[in-house]
Amino acid sequence: MTEPLLEVSELEVSFGRTPAVRSVSLRVAPGERVAVVGQSGSGKSTTAHAVIGLLPGAGRVTGGAIRWRGEDLTHAGEKRLRRLRGREVGLVPQDPMSNLNPVARVGRQVAETLLAHRMCARREAWARAVELLGEAGIPEPARRARQYPHEFSGGMRQRVLIAIGLACRPDLLIADEPTSALDVTVQRQILDHLEKLTHELGTALLLVTHDLGLAADRADRVVVMSEGEIVETGPARRVLTEPREGYTRRLVAAAPSLTGPMHEAAPASDVVLEVSHVAKEYRIRGGGGALRAVDDVSFTVGHGRTTAIVGESGSGKTTTAHMVLGLVPATSGTIRLDGAEVVGLRGARLRAARRAMQPVFQDPYASLDPMWTVERLITEPLRTFGVGDRASRRRQVAELLDQVALPAALAQRYPNELSGGQRQRVAIARALAVRPRLVVCDEPVSALDVLVQDQILGLLRTLQEELGLSYLFISHDLAVVRSLAHDVLVMQAGRVVEHGPVGEVLSSPADPYTRQLLDAVPGAGTFTR
Amino acid sequence: MGRYLLHRLWQSALTLVLASIVVFIGVRALPGDPATAMAGEEADPAAIAAVRAQLGLDDPLPVQYVKFVGHALTGDFGKSVRTGTPVREMIGATLPVTVQLAVFAMLVAVLIGVLAGVVAAVFRGRWPEWGANGFSLFALSVPTFWLGILAVLYLSVQLRWFPASGYVSPFDQPLRGIYYLTLPAVILGLTHAAVVQRQTRSSMVETLTADFVRTARAKGLGRAAVVFRYGLRNSLIVVTTIVGLQLGGLIAGAVVTERIFSLPGIGKLTLDSVFTRDYPVIQAVVLVITAAYIVINLLVDFLYTVIDPRLRVSGRTR
Amino acid sequence: MTIAAETPAPPARVRGRVTRRLLHNPLGVIGGVLLLIVVIAGVFAPLLAPYAPTEVHFETPFQQPGTVGFALGTDDLGRDILSRVFYGTRASLEVGALSVLFAVVVGVPLGLLSGYWRWLDALISRLADLMLAFPFLILAVGLAAINGGGLTNAAIALGIAQIPTMTRVVRADTLRLKETDFVLAANTMHAGPWRILGQHVLPNAASAIIVQATVIMPVAVIGEAVLSFLGLGIQPPAPSLGIMLSDAQQYLFRTPWPGIFPGIALALICLGFNLFGDALRDALDPKSTR
Repeated sequence: MTEPLLEVSELEVSFGRTPAVRSVSLRVAPGERVAVVGQSGSGKSTTAHAVIGLLPGAGRVTGGAIRWRGEDLTHAGEKRLRRLRGREVGLVPQDPMSNLNPVARVGRQVAETLLAHRMCARREAWARAVELLGEAGIPEPARRARQYPHEFSGGMRQRVLIAIGLACRPDLLIADEPTSALDVTVQRQILDHLEKLTHELGTALLLVTHDLGLAADRADRVVVMSEGEIVETGPARRVLTEPREGYTRRLVAAAPSLTGPMHEAAPASDVVLEVSHVAKEYRIRGGGGALRAVDDVSFTVGHGRTTAIVGESGSGKTTTAHMVLGLVPATSGTIRLDGAEVVGLRGARLRAARRAMQPVFQDPYASLDPMWTVERLITEPLRTFGVGDRASRRRQVAELLDQVALPAALAQRYPNELSGGQRQRVAIARALAVRPRLVVCDEPVSALDVLVQDQILGLLRTLQEELGLSYLFISHDLAVVRSLAHDVLVMQAGRVVEHGPVGEVLSSPADPYTRQLLDAVPGAGTFTR
Repeated sequence: MGRYLLHRLWQSALTLVLASIVVFIGVRALPGDPATAMAGEEADPAAIAAVRAQLGLDDPLPVQYVKFVGHALTGDFGKSVRTGTPVREMIGATLPVTVQLAVFAMLVAVLIGVLAGVVAAVFRGRWPEWGANGFSLFALSVPTFWLGILAVLYLSVQLRWFPASGYVSPFDQPLRGIYYLTLPAVILGLTHAAVVQRQTRSSMVETLTADFVRTARAKGLGRAAVVFRYGLRNSLIVVTTIVGLQLGGLIAGAVVTERIFSLPGIGKLTLDSVFTRDYPVIQAVVLVITAAYIVINLLVDFLYTVIDPRLRVSGRTR
Repeated sequence: MTIAAETPAPPARVRGRVTRRLLHNPLGVIGGVLLLIVVIAGVFAPLLAPYAPTEVHFETPFQQPGTVGFALGTDDLGRDILSRVFYGTRASLEVGALSVLFAVVVGVPLGLLSGYWRWLDALISRLADLMLAFPFLILAVGLAAINGGGLTNAAIALGIAQIPTMTRVVRADTLRLKETDFVLAANTMHAGPWRILGQHVLPNAASAIIVQATVIMPVAVIGEAVLSFLGLGIQPPAPSLGIMLSDAQQYLFRTPWPGIFPGIALALICLGFNLFGDALRDALDPKSTR
């Protein structure tokens, strides 16, 4: 074995008195690609930040050692770390939206890195920055370098951050969830590009991610972390196809995949929701003209079945859901609920229609009023629709909590006292309170960790079987859709590009865009069980 | 950007028109008849009627308003009821004093405030922060007019470091002029320095804990570079806003400061005219102050678009 | 990317947490104690003051502090300074509370309306701009000229001057809350705008309103002193800390004491509110680490 570039041994990190990382050891050889995989709070990002001495807030290394080419960096001074950062170890951070200085030109932010390490003369820095931006895959780099971050899309900003991370040709690049804020197809392009660049430059990669599939695709070795400790390490493919530890096994099992068992097909049934030729136009301010956010979309949701809408950001999937819920008026087209037109309803009939459809939103923390108790939250629809009296509502809270497998004692708690999964269960209980025909789920599991996501999807399936619920399920994740939906629509730029039963669409996609989406799903090739 | 600025221009014009209507009506709601006041309490009804006609008080209100605006636009605000001096001359004599005082005070406020704010943000949780925060707490809690009185008593009368009162134009005698204005400007600027300090501090703290600052550190930039290149630039936006918003308070403060230090500024003119019910003067002074406030805030908005590149395309999103 | 942790958040109630954080902040405790003292002094002024505030003792003017019977001395008319400080504090608090009430009663609804309905926003924002264009002193000057001076007029002028900032604070919170998922969810439950404003937006904006009120209070207290100092606020012989300072200015070179104590009283009132307000803001802010 060659001498490692980075060697972390028995590392301990604490925030104040709370330990965040315990006894973590890992090594990265020159040119090697290592992925650190874990759920939120596993200590994976903390470990990465400890390497470059940029722990946030009260974070301190309390034990162990970090060795860089044999040199002990654990107690290195600020001066040594400044030479290390950017020059020897580059960083590509997580969120492209918040990681660029909003008031400085993009080119300057790249040049700054070069100048900080005297990689070139002041006069040449700009030209070199333009070159680096071009190398990172930004078209027309000379023009774009003069622009400010807000003029770039998320993917383009991430390319800028890659250009910065690789500017001084570091020996190691730490990529901290580099693409988790991006759409899958963009994610794939960026990761491909990053892989190509690091390969050409011979840069080692420490990839921090929550996504098992992504780790399997992009790394040679995988380190699985949980609650601050390392659970399992080994060659990527081996760890993810034949996990040895219980935790890893559960993680792999919970990850929705494109090849696992499919949701059993419910028999064809009555139509609950029928959407036909719906469109939504937004007038563009000032310039005149209109933006078609949703263009001629038609689909149905059968009784006791799930229809999913899949698409990337800007595809119009959420706007469609909002039109169904009556939150946004449709520009044209019809939406029928149990055969009755919903578009343009007012007063008592709108009320009745709304009672028959209830939503579950993406971020359970944002969709629950933080000032309200669980009981008040769950009974909100009962009160607005005037169902029952105080005593009967109280009884119902206990029933509903039981239905979503939460203890009745939670009724007097506030949302901030609950975990993410518990909050989403409360949101589901609230949606069920008025016994709706249709539940509109807008990315209900995408803010949750894999294990919790699996539990919530299981709950949604059980409720559908027991209560005969119909779901309109909005998601960007094909694997999640596969595990829950019966029918699927693929949307791109406001239009439906493909439509059909889940099995058919995902196994033999007819549209090139669907194929592109499927190919972009990380780990598609790894999980073949 | 052009659209946004045009929009702001239109908004400001609208506010200015509304303000002039408020001033016009407000002054007419003042008790006492200006014609009687001008002709004298003892004058016979015919003489009063003559004055009324001369002042145009017999016209319907809208006509009076149009005339008032028309005259105001040409700088004609009529004559003082008390002294007979054209109001324009009175304002011309006093406004520069107040403007000098306000500009000087704002400079003091921004210099002290930004410095103390940066210190507090950079040395978070250590004694320089406590010092800087203590200063702003002190300046916000202690009434500055009281501090002014005490300053006159101890610094001017007892120690004779500063003149107790009076005004010398800095344009005639620069050093003496600044010397005479120093104490009033520092006293007036203190509260505003405290406000600037607090805003600078919180905006710096926010910037310095932002993701892009960590990224900058990860590039290998030092702490000082990050504070000055990133923190200050972003805080400048906040400071600009504050300066605009503080103007109202600064003008109010100037009235008191001028009274304590006996400066012949527009604040003194306002007070005198209120106590003597000199309504053409009140009307003109209030209009001038309001217009100045609106115009300066418009300028602040123009400044924004220079400082913050995000506003150059999208317009301000607040 | 926000990935919610499955580990439960620390089990603490919102209100309990705020109180606990306040009690752990030494500056907040100092501020709270100061406020308590000041409020007691104001509320119980008639019981605590040894003399009536306007009672003159022509035989004993300009007594030094510490004189028997006059703990803080007397002024030019022999009035007991301690008694006048008690009553002056009472007047300051009255004006402060009245103007805060005025700013809240008018400013909060305006903020809610302009944040929730776009078409109202343009109208209310112009109105706020207009109010901002008149510095509070000019407003007070106008009101004093029309109605004469007095405590209520001073409070109204100071309250009006604070309406725009209160409106702005509430408007910003309403704009933010209007877009939250829980309000979106309430919409799908057919909750009307009033229900949403009253049950979701207002309770969530409450902490910002309370913090803004603690900001307004010292500004109004100092404002009252300034107005009374200039002769535009409370009219003599009624006691006010501002009037006391104005009186004392005339003979300050002879006896400084009558000009010192009212100023200290003002500073303590404002310090109390500022300290307590800061601590409250930190305690209510979910992001703050202190």
